[in-house]
Amino acid sequence: MSESRSLETWDEIVLRVLKQNQIKLIAYVPDKVLATLIKRLHADDYFTVICPAREEEAVGILTGAYMAGLRGILLMQTSGFATLPNVLASLAVPYQIPLLMLISERGTLGDHQLAQAIVCRMMRPILATLGIEHHPITRLDDVEFIVDQMIKQAYATQAPAAMILSPLLTNKK
Amino acid sequence: MPGTIIQSISRAAAKVMNRTDITRRLVAKLTHGEAVVGGIGNTNFELWASGQRPQNFYMLGSMGLAIPIATGVALAQPGRQVFALEGDGSLLMQLGALGTVAAAGLKNLAIIVFDNGAYQITGSQPTLTSQGCDLVAVARGAGLAQASWAADESHFEQLVDQALAGNGPWFIGARTDNMPPAGVTERDAAKIRAGFMQGIAKQAE
Repeated sequence: MSESRSLETWDEIVLRVLKQNQIKLIAYVPDKVLATLIKRLHADDYFTVICPAREEEAVGILTGAYMAGLRGILLMQTSGFATLPNVLASLAVPYQIPLLMLISERGTLGDHQLAQAIVCRMMRPILATLGIEHHPITRLDDVEFIVDQMIKQAYATQAPAAMILSPLLTNKK
Repeated sequence: MPGTIIQSISRAAAKVMNRTDITRRLVAKLTHGEAVVGGIGNTNFELWASGQRPQNFYMLGSMGLAIPIATGVALAQPGRQVFALEGDGSLLMQLGALGTVAAAGLKNLAIIVFDNGAYQITGSQPTLTSQGCDLVAVARGAGLAQASWAADESHFEQLVDQALAGNGPWFIGARTDNMPPAGVTERDAAKIRAGFMQGIAKQAE
């Protein structure tokens, strides 16, 4: 590993791994934790960035794009994920869509908002019930391996995948 | 000229047409591999019954996502004309999608909304469009300037011709009656997805 690579931040690693896997379409609904990554993606001509009004819309856009030959990913926060069970259960899962989701985990490890906290506790049970592969990313050392391998497995197995950005990675001082 | 095709007629002034008939009028014009995404329920049943083109995608759930799915196809393949067929009840669930389409400015995307003023498939309960919500006005307000009600069948065909010529995005409102659809889509999601992917695998010119 080169010196410069070892100094990469988690969002720089994510951007690089997305490129390595030809993930060109970014659909996001804003989140503070993801703000730096979103800014970097907007600034990079490699990516087409689209900002729909709701996470459900993003699932539709990414599904259409995938079927037409363009790879993409959905960026959102925990509460955004909580709006998705219907479309995951009736579109992404039965139609076997490798829908990539990068979710910033709010509502845990010190979050002061009760609403976020309860929504956070719903997320993994929903993912498990739907049989969707999901992993938390807690350490900088793991970012590349988890993101890269989950992307590859999603396409190889025609299945959605949820990468959960833990505050241990994004907020630990 | 768009100026003559786009008419400022109100929903009330638009003719109530038959969904089977106008779906077939649309499909008859699709000779260059145009992709069509059919929304949940009678909308995609009608598309299915009009002939199972390999470039058709049929939604069995995810109510409201026909326009976003079509948007994704249009983004990925700028050389292919893409149509979203949606019902009034479905579009009412996902109005933000109109703003997304306007912002993306996709020249190869056209939205056709069948508006029968009812959730026909669940027992014809009224939708908001039968109580004053004008979806063409909503589309214009969302930034889709090229939005029009089809005054009648021949005007509907003119609007489709205009959309096929490109320079979108287009929004066509079509008032429809409550006759049953001409068929029912086969419910095999994986087969629908694989067939559609094969149907649009080669980028259109």
